[in-house]
Amino acid sequence: MTGAAPLQLQWAAFNRDNIARVALWLLVLLVAAALAAPLLSPQNPYDLAQLDIMDARQAPGTVAGAGYKLWLGSDDQGRDMLSAILHGLRISLAVAGIATVIAMGIGLVAGLTAARAGGWIDLALMRLADLQLSFPSILVALILLALTGQGLDRIIVALVVVQWAYYARTVRAAAITELKREYIEAAVCAGVRPLRLLWRHLLPNIMPPLMVVGTVQMAQAVALEATLSFLGLGLPITEPSLGLLIANGYTHLLSGKYWISFFPGLALLALIVTLNLVGDRLRDVFDPRSR
Amino acid sequence: MLTYALRRLLWSAATLWLMSLLVFAGVHAIGDPVALLISPQADQAEIARATALLGLDQPLWRQYLLFFSGALSGDLGLSFVASVPAIHLILERLPATLELALVAMLIAVGLGIPLGLYAGLRPRSWPARAVMALSTLGFALPTFWVGLMLILVFAVQLGLLPSTGRGATVEIGGIGWSLFTVDGLRHLLLPALTLALFKLGLLIRLTRAGTREALGLDYTRFARAKGLAETAVLRRHVLPNILIPVVTVAALEFGSLIAFAIVTETVFAWPGMGKLLIESINLLDRPVIVAYLLVTITLFIAINLLADLLHALLDPRLRPGGTI
Amino acid sequence: MTFRSRNLITSLLLLAGLHAITASAAELRIGLSGEVTSLDPHFLAAQPNLTVARHVFESLTDVDPQTRLIPGLAERWRAIDTLTWEFNLRRDARFHDGSPLTADDVAFSLARPLSIKGSPGGFAAFVRAVASTTVVDAHTIRVRTKYPYGALPEDLNSILIVSKKHAENAGPEDFDSGRAMVGTGPYRFVRYQRGDRLELARSEHWWGKAAPWDRVTLRVIPADPSRTAALLAGELDVIEHVPSADINNINKNNKLRVIQTTSWRTILLHLDQYRAQPPGITDTAGKPLAANPLMDIRVRRAISKAIHREAIAAKVMEGLAIPAANIVSPGVFGHNGTLKAEAYDLEGARKLLAEAGYPNGFRITLTGPNNRYINDEQVLQAVAQMLTRAGIQTRVEAMPMSAFLGRVRKEETAVSLLGWGSFAADLALRSLVAAPNAEKGYGAWNWGRYSNPKIDSLMEQALASVDRTKREALAREGNTLAMQDLAFIPVHHQVVSWAMRANLAYAARTDEFTFAHHFTPR
Repeated sequence: MTGAAPLQLQWAAFNRDNIARVALWLLVLLVAAALAAPLLSPQNPYDLAQLDIMDARQAPGTVAGAGYKLWLGSDDQGRDMLSAILHGLRISLAVAGIATVIAMGIGLVAGLTAARAGGWIDLALMRLADLQLSFPSILVALILLALTGQGLDRIIVALVVVQWAYYARTVRAAAITELKREYIEAAVCAGVRPLRLLWRHLLPNIMPPLMVVGTVQMAQAVALEATLSFLGLGLPITEPSLGLLIANGYTHLLSGKYWISFFPGLALLALIVTLNLVGDRLRDVFDPRSR
Repeated sequence: MLTYALRRLLWSAATLWLMSLLVFAGVHAIGDPVALLISPQADQAEIARATALLGLDQPLWRQYLLFFSGALSGDLGLSFVASVPAIHLILERLPATLELALVAMLIAVGLGIPLGLYAGLRPRSWPARAVMALSTLGFALPTFWVGLMLILVFAVQLGLLPSTGRGATVEIGGIGWSLFTVDGLRHLLLPALTLALFKLGLLIRLTRAGTREALGLDYTRFARAKGLAETAVLRRHVLPNILIPVVTVAALEFGSLIAFAIVTETVFAWPGMGKLLIESINLLDRPVIVAYLLVTITLFIAINLLADLLHALLDPRLRPGGTI
Repeated sequence: MTFRSRNLITSLLLLAGLHAITASAAELRIGLSGEVTSLDPHFLAAQPNLTVARHVFESLTDVDPQTRLIPGLAERWRAIDTLTWEFNLRRDARFHDGSPLTADDVAFSLARPLSIKGSPGGFAAFVRAVASTTVVDAHTIRVRTKYPYGALPEDLNSILIVSKKHAENAGPEDFDSGRAMVGTGPYRFVRYQRGDRLELARSEHWWGKAAPWDRVTLRVIPADPSRTAALLAGELDVIEHVPSADINNINKNNKLRVIQTTSWRTILLHLDQYRAQPPGITDTAGKPLAANPLMDIRVRRAISKAIHREAIAAKVMEGLAIPAANIVSPGVFGHNGTLKAEAYDLEGARKLLAEAGYPNGFRITLTGPNNRYINDEQVLQAVAQMLTRAGIQTRVEAMPMSAFLGRVRKEETAVSLLGWGSFAADLALRSLVAAPNAEKGYGAWNWGRYSNPKIDSLMEQALASVDRTKREALAREGNTLAMQDLAFIPVHHQVVSWAMRANLAYAARTDEFTFAHHFTPR
């Protein structure tokens, strides 16, 4: 299961599904748009000096006071929705991405430690993970944010706390299966150093299930951040994420000014759906039983 | 078995205690309830008097000791804003949240299992793909957005269903339930549907995955090859295989429905515990916040404990000593 | 079988009939925006609680829709000397159980707020000036104050009169259950479902002109769009605090209408006036400044000039605000109509900043709530936009009121947004502008610790005057002085709105209260 050839095979298998392929390209496009947000946006929505409330709540297609066209309209601060969505995408992805990477890292270390050490360390770590998993993510995040206050760092911490246990369990399960394999035993007997063993043999086999959980969890993180923003416990208002943009437009939903929350909603939907579709396909590809 | 049960019980009690400590310390770290609740005309003396009245001038550890000794006898303190025992406020709202979560779960299970079965049996058909798309939407759409859209379409545009609030209730066992009146059900439908959407997506996926796994098993293949009718294969081989995990997950997810009801209740002005929590956070009604968290945590622990014990009963390998 | 199908038919009939029943003209269904926490009228001085309580209970003095004092349960009152007030009760006021109102009930009610246990936000502040009460006869009561105090009639407006017979030894839970909910008001208690609704019925004993509604349901729907949706869906006849986003739409709907008036709530910015280096204030590079720029009147004036109040009123508030130049709203006791809101003048602001020694501006952090006032979070951002354009780089910190007040009490904010509603300018000055003095109870909400002995003395003289004409002149003078010196930056007075069925009318109230008995069919 190691080496380049299976990866190529898996890529080919992934590609066989048209929907998944489109989803992957769309996802790549979204990430690229987020990365290039400052270049693509006609306005820097975080620079208060560039905003003008005289441009507030303009319909899509209106020309702003500064001369550029508001392709997707503007919000109640005169933010160009297109710029705000691109930057919001960036924030949502960054928050979810950073949280996912950290949670994955913690999960990896905890899972491997549990699998390798066994005994009471294993028991304690898994009990902790169970405890974490037995509380709904929204409640844990809500409490944490209510306690620590708002901010980018706080919300990342909350997402990490909510998610690390998923990875820890996944890694532990995969690692235990792998550790029992003959080639590992053989390598241990041959005196391969543990780190090398981990790097060359364990990780490549743990990565696939981790990736599957990762994509799905990242989608969950984006959605959770949106909900927390709606409850007023999310990110700072002057640097809105997608979720916060939707929450801001929420009050305008009945008034016909649909664009304030519809377009960010569309972007959020695209992000979460593509992440889920890619995750699903990865699972199908990696898990031979459901192929 | 008995020792196992006892150990789990002890573990649960320890968890609860630890949580009470964390929650208490955390809740008391935020804001200043007196500043928020005091009448604007109040002067400094009045503020000091109110602070002392609520015991907020005491050091935190003493406040906790007071709280803890009260909690042991079931007294979680008086609400700051209602002068009613906090636990009473929570329990008063519990039925509304429970019935909302229950109906949502019924919707999720009642729609999710058949749709998931179909998607698993005919994975390449277009309806199956549509079902899967629906399940993805269930994951992706923010609850608050879906809720308002449902209100907009079914209450404002079509005028078919009421937009907000809880309907008429009937007393059963001293508790008012709106589940058993027509008016109550009409009010329940939209919020329950909103709440169910996420779990619906989850159950569709679970059922589909389970179905496909079961269909891939040798004996199922064999039965199909033998020419056993589709319905018989379904009944004898697929259903037994997927029902246990699906039902287990559904039971475990019930706790998370109660938690996610926070958002749904806010949108639909549903007088349940979740709305109470948001109000209490807004008013910094600390005793109620603490009581809500402790009640829900107890609820989750109970659900988990029950599920674990049931599992252990069914599957001896799960008892301590065995591997998980 | 037949039984069951008959049940079904009954249910269907009920379903069909539901609209007919709820649309009956004699019922009024109102959507309130704030959570009612207790029915006890003396437990928590919060607007939602008082809204509900004032349907059932009344006070000695009342205020008209423009916040001017009018007779309530007392048909007249006068100051006998500088320390003694005499109130003459209406003879036709009766409690819901039919018993007449007596001076004993009043004396009991004035004493009750101080005896209530466990409330952090009670009514003690409104009876703090009261030294003693004397029942002269069944319909006359005298109140003696500890010091000359002209605002006693205003303060007593907040104390609702309960029935001694029913409320003696009654706690808040007895009000919630309805047992002690016996008042003299237009409506009597029927049913209360905490967190959801309060049902009321017309009292046959009310002394006023009979209210047009037999039954009233007050429902609590704090989420703004949900409240609007319930009105649009026809489940409510009236909603209070119409979200600014929905006003246009409702106005266009010919089945509905919006009624609005200037609210007593003034939105203002408190500026730190007491620390050399207030939190969040630095030069443009993030280094500390030599002095607190906000202590310089030129800088305060620059801030005031940089705020485009008309734009905020029109664009951010969508018409739900009028630019402010006063501590109290137009029409309120002590308002000065000759003061004009500071005109938007970006160049002037920059010039003043340069004169004050900040040609390149500086940095501030603007802090405020995001769930208390109309579009508060948007107002904060708009002000930040405008200040930034003038050279004062402004960072916004918006948070729930609960967290915000915690920050303020810990003195972690330097520029803070506050909304204030008051019956009189001298009362507002006492809380917002007077130098903080715990002993006298001054300046409890003067977050910037602005201090001006001249204003303090005017406020003290005003409050000590039992002659209302003299008192208003003094209060107005104090108000004018505070505005000229920019003790705080006034931003706008909010406009309060109600949306209702097109066939209803309401005397819009400056004090923002929603009273079922003031709605009339038209």
